[in-house]
Amino acid sequence: MGELLEIENLAKIYISGYVWTEKKVAVDDVSFSIKKSEIFCLVGESGSGKTTIGNIVLRLLKPTGGKILLDGRDIYSYDKKTYWRKVQVVFQDPYSSFNFFYTIDKPLDDAFNLLENRPSKVERKKIIRTIFKKIGMNPDEIMGKYPHQLSGGQMQRILIARSFILYPELLVADEPTSMVDASTRVAVLNELLRLKEEEKLSVLFITHDLAQAYYIGDRIAIMQKGKIVESGLVEEVIFKPKHPYTKDLIKSVPPLYEKWKL
Amino acid sequence: MTVPKTTGEKKDKDLLLVKDFRGYYRGIFGVVHAVDGVSLQVGEGERVGVAGESGCGKSSFAQLITGTTTPLLHYESGEVRVDGYDIWKISPEVLRKKVKCELISYVPQAMLNSLNPVKKVKEFIADMFRDRTGCSYSVKKVCEIATEHFERLNLDRSVLDLYPYELSGGMMQRSIIAISTMTTPKLLITDEPTSALDVSSQKRVIKMMIDIQRKGIIKSIVCISHDISVLNQLCNRIVIMYAGEFVESGEDVIKHPLHPYTKALMDSLLPLERETKYKPLLSIPGVVPDLRNPPHGCRFRDRCEKRMEVCNVEDPPEIVKGKRMVKCWLYK
Repeated sequence: MGELLEIENLAKIYISGYVWTEKKVAVDDVSFSIKKSEIFCLVGESGSGKTTIGNIVLRLLKPTGGKILLDGRDIYSYDKKTYWRKVQVVFQDPYSSFNFFYTIDKPLDDAFNLLENRPSKVERKKIIRTIFKKIGMNPDEIMGKYPHQLSGGQMQRILIARSFILYPELLVADEPTSMVDASTRVAVLNELLRLKEEEKLSVLFITHDLAQAYYIGDRIAIMQKGKIVESGLVEEVIFKPKHPYTKDLIKSVPPLYEKWKL
Repeated sequence: MTVPKTTGEKKDKDLLLVKDFRGYYRGIFGVVHAVDGVSLQVGEGERVGVAGESGCGKSSFAQLITGTTTPLLHYESGEVRVDGYDIWKISPEVLRKKVKCELISYVPQAMLNSLNPVKKVKEFIADMFRDRTGCSYSVKKVCEIATEHFERLNLDRSVLDLYPYELSGGMMQRSIIAISTMTTPKLLITDEPTSALDVSSQKRVIKMMIDIQRKGIIKSIVCISHDISVLNQLCNRIVIMYAGEFVESGEDVIKHPLHPYTKALMDSLLPLERETKYKPLLSIPGVVPDLRNPPHGCRFRDRCEKRMEVCNVEDPPEIVKGKRMVKCWLYK
């Protein structure tokens, strides 16, 4: 009960070239599921296939094999608009997610296009304002500004807010904090935690930072070279790792107060 | 204007001496006070880290102390001495030949683009080596020197025969640091050496940088990064920068932060410890002030919880206790 997203034996092979083709297995037989109101973390080194999975779940890439079910239905059986109403995304780079010729009202306004009955202009403004207030940002400070006038953390939170115009069931967060300062990183994470508690949002949180995954996540999967090598509750995986790769990864995280003996 | 020192006299043991130094960006947007009155001393055998949020002037500081500024960044006042050379007073030719080629090595932030994409690594090294030392060795000869140097640092020799696109991010970063220290400079200045890497390559880079210093190839390191836990591993002294100023420096800044900004910054970090999940982490409200017209008085006061009357009026003094410096009215 309560499984929102189920991924079974997912595989993705990238093929490059026409005459001499080269194959690269990016995702290799990956299965996991995300429950309702749960934050599931996908952790791995760069090049381990985390982002590929995120893009497949978003229907931006077609999988080579395997099945993905949302609410028990295959994701490709949904109409695109319906699907993206249910599944939304926050990408890694807030600076390139906005068109810098427009004020930030424009992408927020565009989100309403995915809805069947687009509300009137006055109503749209109202909805945007309530959402900003909900995520603890002052709408007067933000609306009508251009992206360059905002900090990275603010932009990232606006993107989360934008996805909330649609009240999605699943949010794919692809390294949302990697380009954000330490001082505002926590604001983004706390926002996701609050949405999980209050709005029953499920999150697929993709990161390479184990500490963030531990702070925010309920369950975690460690990826290496396209395969999931270990998965389980965050506490167990991080403090009682079984797989040698996980142990290695945890040892490489620089501790804040002690020093390595190098 | 002080007369630049000649090679003969080197009284102070400081490899790098920065005194009340200012550097501003000038353009149609106005004057941005990116580095505004900072002082720093780096002695031989030290590893100093500069930490801070983005937009607080860390990278501008690195560019200014190496004399490799981007077009709009200009020297304003103060002095920077690298092993006795006042780099903003000497002629560009001396700066290039003596300071940039012999004394310092600067690895900038976009280092992944700094290798030549159409040349093999060894050919690039040969170009660099000839340029820096002024010798006319063949590629083969330089390759031998490079092999020896790479072996000392436990790096794979086969990198030399590859093209840059064939290297992974971590390997490229380590190769670049190795290449930049081939001519045995005294001071290595790196800007965000680990920011684009994942944890395991990050650890290897840190290890290698410490190794280079232990083996005596270089004397001191200045590392600029936003990641405090990386600096904690790499450096033995940390300087916290905020809005163009150094607000705190010392050896145990991380364990015992004094300045409210440092404290807030430390509270917002996520260490991989059991308690992390259960204690509420807080972000610092507000944003870094606009450095085009930096506010009078303390620059952190709008985001500070312990703000006092005096903070609005007067610049906080730099209070020095032994090796510790803190710039805050709280400790007056």
